[in-house]
Amino acid sequence: MKARVFIRLKSEVLDPQGQAIESALKNLNENNIKNIRQGKLIEMDIEAKNVEEAKKSIENITVKLLANTVIEDYKIEIE
Amino acid sequence: MEISIIRFPGTNCEVDTYNAVKKVLGTTSTILSCKDTVIPRSDLIIIPGGFSYGDYLRSGAIAAREPIMSDLIKKAKNGVNILGICNGFQILTECNLLPGALLKNSTLKFISKITNIQITRNDTFFSKDYDKNQSVKIPVAHHDGNYFVDQETLRAIEENDQVAMRYAEPINGSLNNIAGLYNNSFNILGMMPHPERAIDNQTGSNDGIKLFQSMLKSMSL
Repeated sequence: MKARVFIRLKSEVLDPQGQAIESALKNLNENNIKNIRQGKLIEMDIEAKNVEEAKKSIENITVKLLANTVIEDYKIEIE
Repeated sequence: MEISIIRFPGTNCEVDTYNAVKKVLGTTSTILSCKDTVIPRSDLIIIPGGFSYGDYLRSGAIAAREPIMSDLIKKAKNGVNILGICNGFQILTECNLLPGALLKNSTLKFISKITNIQITRNDTFFSKDYDKNQSVKIPVAHHDGNYFVDQETLRAIEENDQVAMRYAEPINGSLNNIAGLYNNSFNILGMMPHPERAIDNQTGSNDGIKLFQSMLKSMSL
C-alpha cells in the first residue's frame, strides 16, 4: 500500500517561508494569491493487512518522528 | 569531574566546546559518538552545536532518535546535568527534555553575530557565576532559533522562572525573546547562543567563560 503524510505548520505558527513565496509572487504580479503556507509531503510504501492497520502504523510513526505536534498538524492518506 | 560531549554526523562545535572546557575547567572531556548506546558516568553531558543530519526533516529531529539518546534521556531524568548549545537545544526539544520547538527565524535569515543577552537568574548549576539579570555579549549562529511553544506552556515556563536567558532585543521571532531555557528541575539547559565561542576577547567577547566557570563551581561543591 502507498501512504502519504501531509505535514503543515499549525495555523497559529508563523510561516515565514510561505510569506517569502507570497512576496515572490507579488514580484511576478500575481496579486490575487494570499495566505500561502508551505508544508511537507512524505510518501512511503507500507506492508499491512488492511487500510486500518496501515493507518495505525503510519499514525504511530508520524507522531514518533515525521511530525512535531508542538508546531505541526498532519493528515494521512492510504491507497 | 567527568564531562561527555556527544557528536552526531553534522555536529561542528564539538572541538570548540572541548577546548572551552579544557581552558576554563582545566579538564579533558570525552567526545562520544551518537551510535554509542551507553554514556559513561558523567557529571555533565554537553550536546554541542552544528547541523546534525543536515537539519533534515526538522533541526535536531533525526539526532534526537539516535541510539545514544535513550541513555541520555534516562540520565537526564536521574538528574544528570545536560547542556544543549544551539543544535543541542533543538535536539533537547525534539526529544521532549525541554518544552517547545525552534522554528525558522522569522526573518528567514541565518543570523551570525555577537548578540546582547540577558542572563535571568544566577542560582542554577549553569549560572551561579553571573549576576542576576546580567547583560552579556555572546555570539549566535543559527537559522532555526525562533522559540515557539503553546501559550499555556509559555505561561507555566514564565511562572516557574525557567527562562535562562533572553535576547536584549528581538532578533529571530522567539516568543518572549527566549534565548535559553531550563527544564522544570533545572538540571537541563538549552541555549541558542554559543558560550564556547565567547571565551577569548580576541573573538569579540569572553562573557561565555562565566557559564563554564559556573558549571565548574557547581561540580566542585
